[in-house]
Amino acid sequence: MITYVARRVLASVPTLWGVATVVFVMARLLPGDPARVIAGVLASPEDVERIRQSMGLDKPLLVQYGTFLGSLLRLNLGVSAHTNAPVVEEIGSRLPYTIELAVVALVLAVSGGLLAGVAAAIRRNTMLDLLISSFSVFGVSMPVYWLGLMMIIVFAIDFHLLPAAGADDPASILMPAVTLALFSLGLIARMTRSSMLEVLGQDYVRTARAKGAPFRSVVFRHALRNALLPIMTVIGLQFGALLGGAVVTETVFAWPGVGRLLIDSIFFRDYPVVQGLVLMFGTTFVVINLLVDLLYAYVDPRIHYT
Amino acid sequence: MHMSTPAFITPEALGAPALAPEIAASVRPSAAWRRLVTHRSAVVGLAVMSIYAVAAIFGPIVFPFNPGQSHLIDVFLAPGQQGHLLGTDNLGRDELLLLIYGSRYTLSLGLMAVALGLVVGVPLGAISGYFGGWADIVIQRLTDILLAFPPIVLALGLIAGLGVGLRNVVIAVGLSSVPSFIRLVRADALRLRELPFVEAAVALGVPHWLILVRHVIPNALAPVIVQATLSMGFAILLAASLGFFGLGVQFPTPEWGQMLGEARNYIFSDPNLATIPGLAIFAAVLAFNLVGDGLRDALDPRLN
Repeated sequence: MITYVARRVLASVPTLWGVATVVFVMARLLPGDPARVIAGVLASPEDVERIRQSMGLDKPLLVQYGTFLGSLLRLNLGVSAHTNAPVVEEIGSRLPYTIELAVVALVLAVSGGLLAGVAAAIRRNTMLDLLISSFSVFGVSMPVYWLGLMMIIVFAIDFHLLPAAGADDPASILMPAVTLALFSLGLIARMTRSSMLEVLGQDYVRTARAKGAPFRSVVFRHALRNALLPIMTVIGLQFGALLGGAVVTETVFAWPGVGRLLIDSIFFRDYPVVQGLVLMFGTTFVVINLLVDLLYAYVDPRIHYT
Repeated sequence: MHMSTPAFITPEALGAPALAPEIAASVRPSAAWRRLVTHRSAVVGLAVMSIYAVAAIFGPIVFPFNPGQSHLIDVFLAPGQQGHLLGTDNLGRDELLLLIYGSRYTLSLGLMAVALGLVVGVPLGAISGYFGGWADIVIQRLTDILLAFPPIVLALGLIAGLGVGLRNVVIAVGLSSVPSFIRLVRADALRLRELPFVEAAVALGVPHWLILVRHVIPNALAPVIVQATLSMGFAILLAASLGFFGLGVQFPTPEWGQMLGEARNYIFSDPNLATIPGLAIFAAVLAFNLVGDGLRDALDPRLN
């Protein structure tokens, strides 16, 4: 087991390195001169030159790349061009909001998706199944930003039930979390349904029924537990997808997380923050993938840890 | 054992069993088409797609109109008022005409992005699976890295670097659909290279590139068609979200996402402006998802 964990952890190192490289290349795609942009329109040529030197932009690309990787290892992502605060602090102050939003959305998506999927599978080909299946197709086809706006119109403008934006009220998280959860809820419901249908057709389920085990316990004890394995992968990946979805949701609801910071930074041309955020999203995804794989190996005894 | 996990919207991630290639390859197109047109939800999707296609192709010919032209005395008209079926926007432009013109941009954005994904992804996947070895390792590593970024973040990062505009949106959205095609075609190529007809071609001295073009890629196409359809829906969604942020196609081009982003500023005074383009995007994405699902069922007779 330990060798497996070590190998799997080591295997993700090149990916992380690749992620960092992509971000480095992305930042060098910038048309124009980053030093110029950061200095602002009114800066004198000397100022621009000073910034260029302080950012190391006058050095050869390979040296810049080396410095970039070196400072990453020390968790130094540079300084925001907009606020002059370290990028790590900028991201750190916003991250808790995004994690809160993503966790609430994930809980909604997993509980709703599992319930809906199981219900659709055991009532296969009934109206309920049709309803749940249509709902999950709707969920993955719905533009998140549009759903968010519609919810604002109905619940905030028409009925004055919930705050339209911000994070000041405890109830503020409701609309963004539901909006964010819907896509993943649809996916998890679909996955659960097909996985459950497969398991329900297995011999051991029939055997359990035949020996007189109550229906409910067969569904939840025998079937769902075995159906959960493939669903787990999807759930793990959904946490990453939720972080991506948070970019959109946070902007619609003016939720002060990292997603909104990303959009704002693009408009401010605050490239150090954009770069730091893209890096953070990529790294998070790789780490979550790693954790899901490890969890999978731990839960599924059929996987050999060689 | 190394478990690779699909991080993109592959059929597996969408909760449906992946199309088994050996089965897909044995389905005749005419039989698949017959099954598709009897698939109820796929027919609904096809109908929506045809309406959009007609609007995009003929709409601007039937209703010549300059989308940039404003009529400042007719702003914020409600649907039905003064002959404007869907009302007018903040500049007095007719919403229905904007939608019709917008369908061109939204649909062609999706098409071009998926085309880019296909052109890059299919050959890379075929090479990766067919040759194996170093080529495979390098291509798979690159795929892993691309998959590490949530598509919207990758697209936003590229837009931040490349700047806004139609071409850059196509690049940003297209790139995020590349990995799923690489993975799909690779899996098929791995299987196909062991089959007798490919071995026979090798023995006859057919060059590898010709084997790829003639034998490997054509036989891997069925799941690619399904994925391309689903990717269209996702590409439309992604392109429209860039437009929504104001980071996609720029005003006054009436792209649906951009229209929705504009409408957000008037959400308190005229919520219709937000409702209408959003519905258009939703219906388009839904149509592609339904047809994609239908195609998968049609190409996989086991499910019937």
